[in-house]
Amino acid sequence: MCNYTCPPKAKLTELERQYVLLTQSGLPIVAQPYHFIAERLHISVADVLAMTKDLKARGVIRRIAAVPNHYKLGYRYNGMTVWDVQDEHVQAFGQAVGRLPFVSHCYLRPRHLPRWNYNLFAMVHGKTAEQVQQYRIQIKDLLENVLQLRNDDIDQARSYQSNDILISTEILKKTGLRLKR
Amino acid sequence: MDKQSRQATTPVAELTALDKRIINLLQRGLPVVERPFLEIAQQLGCHEDEVLERLNHLMTNKVLTRFGPMFDAVCLGGAFTLAALAVPEPEFERVTEQVNSFDEVAHNYRRSHDFNMWFVVGAESAEQVNNVINDIESKTGLPVLNTPKLEEFYVQLYLPA
Repeated sequence: MCNYTCPPKAKLTELERQYVLLTQSGLPIVAQPYHFIAERLHISVADVLAMTKDLKARGVIRRIAAVPNHYKLGYRYNGMTVWDVQDEHVQAFGQAVGRLPFVSHCYLRPRHLPRWNYNLFAMVHGKTAEQVQQYRIQIKDLLENVLQLRNDDIDQARSYQSNDILISTEILKKTGLRLKR
Repeated sequence: MDKQSRQATTPVAELTALDKRIINLLQRGLPVVERPFLEIAQQLGCHEDEVLERLNHLMTNKVLTRFGPMFDAVCLGGAFTLAALAVPEPEFERVTEQVNSFDEVAHNYRRSHDFNMWFVVGAESAEQVNNVINDIESKTGLPVLNTPKLEEFYVQLYLPA
């Protein structure tokens, strides 16, 4: 089994671990949010800013940002589109799907034949069912020539779809992924 | 747990034009400077205090769920996978409880598909993730579809308000 692991340059120092533990549940919403970190870690604000920039440059921090509640903004249709893309094309086309402005996450994942034939996953979010279907069509147009067409060799009656969309209908659990002490 | 805000029935928040511009800018990210909200205020043509007041309001009303550094969870150590179950409808509630009972299950969503339950497992090591997957299989009596990410092509959620 292949597991996605962190590049070595992203390994954290002890001080950086303290930074993560302090900020992983969020920053205070005040004029000088980095002062809070500086006080707690007993370092200067300049050092906190330098550390933050360095963690960003190494990919540990993706960005300093706010996360909206999808539903409060009216995004009721959150769909995981899944695609059966020919292996030799999945790298180039995975990048291309990821560049579409309405795709929020795009990953290569393993197939599990015969149960699951999809290897490319792309998340889309819309305010209406029509909107997410439209996004699915746009991705399909892009992937049209590289989708895998397959039949079940054992059960000829069984045919595979080349793509699908799985809309989330209920959040059953949602907790943060946290670094433990 | 605030279950209401996690369901598709959550009412859409009423937002001012300024709220929307703040939400959109802050999703994209803040500059790493001593007074980031001053720069945001300058971009928006309003006062720093006003940005902070609206931002606090949006957090209190749960329009925004989090503000701060977005970490790449993988870089914080540990291993993760996305996994799924095809749960027979009459057993859905039981299986939900069983799957959610694992601390290592961080997110769990019901989705419209034969594979109707999709969850993220996070643990200290790949071995531990696999142990949790095995435990979920024995506890639920259902085979898990395990789809760890092999490659990440793009990650950045942006939902214009």
